[in-house]
Amino acid sequence: MTHTISHWSQANQDRAHTILESYPQKRSAIMPLLYVASLEHEFVSVDAMTEVAELTGVTAAQVQSVATFYTMFKREKAGRYLVSVCTGISCYLMGADDVLEAVEQASEAPHGAVSSDGLFSVEHVECVGACGGAPAVQVNYELVEGLTGSTGQKLIEWLRDTRPEVVLADEMQQLFGGQRSFDWGPPEHEGAIAPVPAFGPYGSAGTDA
Amino acid sequence: MSDLILTRRMVAHPRDSHTLGRYLETGGYTSLRKALFDMSREDVIAEVKASNMRGRGGAGFPMGVKWGFLAPAEPRYLVVNCDESEPGTFNDRQLTERDPHQLLEGIAIASYALGVDHAFVYIRGEYPKAARRLQHAIEEAYEAGHLGTNIQGSDYSLEVTIHLGGGAYICGEETALLNSLEGRRGEPRLKPPFPAVEGLYAKPTIVNNVESIANVPWIVENSGAAYAAIGPERSAGMKMVSVSGHVNKPGNYEIELGMTWREFIYDIAGGIRDGLELKAWIPGGASSPWFVPEVHLDTPFTIDDVASNGSMLGAGAVIVMDENTNVVAAAHRLVYFFADESCGQCTPCREGTSWLASVLQRILDGHGRTEDIDLLLSISESISPGLKWPPAMTTICPLGPSAVSPVTSITRWFRPEIEAMISTSGVSHG
Repeated sequence: MTHTISHWSQANQDRAHTILESYPQKRSAIMPLLYVASLEHEFVSVDAMTEVAELTGVTAAQVQSVATFYTMFKREKAGRYLVSVCTGISCYLMGADDVLEAVEQASEAPHGAVSSDGLFSVEHVECVGACGGAPAVQVNYELVEGLTGSTGQKLIEWLRDTRPEVVLADEMQQLFGGQRSFDWGPPEHEGAIAPVPAFGPYGSAGTDA
Repeated sequence: MSDLILTRRMVAHPRDSHTLGRYLETGGYTSLRKALFDMSREDVIAEVKASNMRGRGGAGFPMGVKWGFLAPAEPRYLVVNCDESEPGTFNDRQLTERDPHQLLEGIAIASYALGVDHAFVYIRGEYPKAARRLQHAIEEAYEAGHLGTNIQGSDYSLEVTIHLGGGAYICGEETALLNSLEGRRGEPRLKPPFPAVEGLYAKPTIVNNVESIANVPWIVENSGAAYAAIGPERSAGMKMVSVSGHVNKPGNYEIELGMTWREFIYDIAGGIRDGLELKAWIPGGASSPWFVPEVHLDTPFTIDDVASNGSMLGAGAVIVMDENTNVVAAAHRLVYFFADESCGQCTPCREGTSWLASVLQRILDGHGRTEDIDLLLSISESISPGLKWPPAMTTICPLGPSAVSPVTSITRWFRPEIEAMISTSGVSHG
């Protein structure tokens, strides 16, 4: 049944098989596999949903019904850097609207669209659990806390100028961040290589350490 | 104030509290050894019951009692809820990132007690670092024999699997979480049956919050009675409280409950920034009805005192607003959140939350109508009859009624302010 992903990279095929083995029922692998498929196809395409359906023994329509329920499965190609600005209550109280406006202007990616250079998508998101370091932003789901309009703009300019291969939360926090929700501890050298959560078993997780 | 439990290691060893080496050096995995070799499963459950710990995820149901409901059918599952999405909460993120082995040891002890051989940790997709840290800790623990086959040389074996969410607040609700873990849309299920009887794959399942499980190693080490002795009788133990908004010292604080709100906001959280006055605060996350200084500052910060004042402690998230806060805008932000996150199964929630958001938006836009306050309350009434807390429900889960909390809060405490906004609206409505 797995022949349909024979064109995937070997690494992604291996990830898919490991994920399938980690659940008592294959259907549970749908969401993790959608993340791996997003890495493979750059977004959750129709092909991706069909492949995940075959891997998990359900119909493509069932996979689509799952994929469309969750906001993190992108069904169109996002910019290389997906910038998610938290506009939840605590971030709102601390000035998130200024950050969102600055980020949209600097990235030239009006809400929902990809910038013409393909580098940026901007979205506003609901609470990312960084309320003690509000306002917060995630770039490819890697966190920066304690931003302002001004540092938000600088963050975008830095991403455009340096185009990091791996987006590292600690690096962004050190350069542009402010108040944090709590002490993060020692810096991590693992981050995101695509607009997909950088979690080892699902792929991504580039590292320089 | 009692000694720290959950945060003691990360406070004492901020550079390496997440590593197995530090965990072992500070007594880690000895509670698991005690449970496996010196205690029966029933003994462990009895200690957790004796702790009187009330679940830290929001509902406040005693964890030991919940464990007692687990049906005998096999297999059974433990699912740890790290979908922490209630606006204002960020304590599970800290516990998972900064002390993942404490969580894993709690998972292993709980799984042993419940007769579980496969546990899942559902982590929201927006927490990749927490997932990475926990995954790394799982690999360390397998390697060292604290997870996997024949743990610590016993005949007990356990698999632990991390599952990432996809960006849906509703998956913090335990039955929605189970649907999501099964590869379905995160829609809550009608209860009963409760997960303890029919949960994951229709098998008996316990769903516990990260903070609840992270307390288990300490309880096993020190006894349930020792835990129950901390804090007020019905708010036993230490509680991680997240405080955010207009305070001088936002963050997570592990506290013994029982102090007044005045003490918490001004002494612990450092008071209101820029020397401004306190206008209102949300005592237990976005879902909870607001408190105001004129009435609630000297109310004790306990689960029951918050409840008897018509709100809830929830997952322990305090959101503070200063005197310059536009309460209609703040309420709109909260209501919009619930409208955005409604799963759409139940009409009162799907339609009602969007209507509430629209009416608040029109007031903010300067197009408010004199009947809008009544309209807001009428829509609220159809989502949550009686407008009380805990809410009467017309819906499968409490998401809809949660959207009503900010509306009833501002109409109750700040009605003149809303009326003033409406009366200065520049547009006439014939």
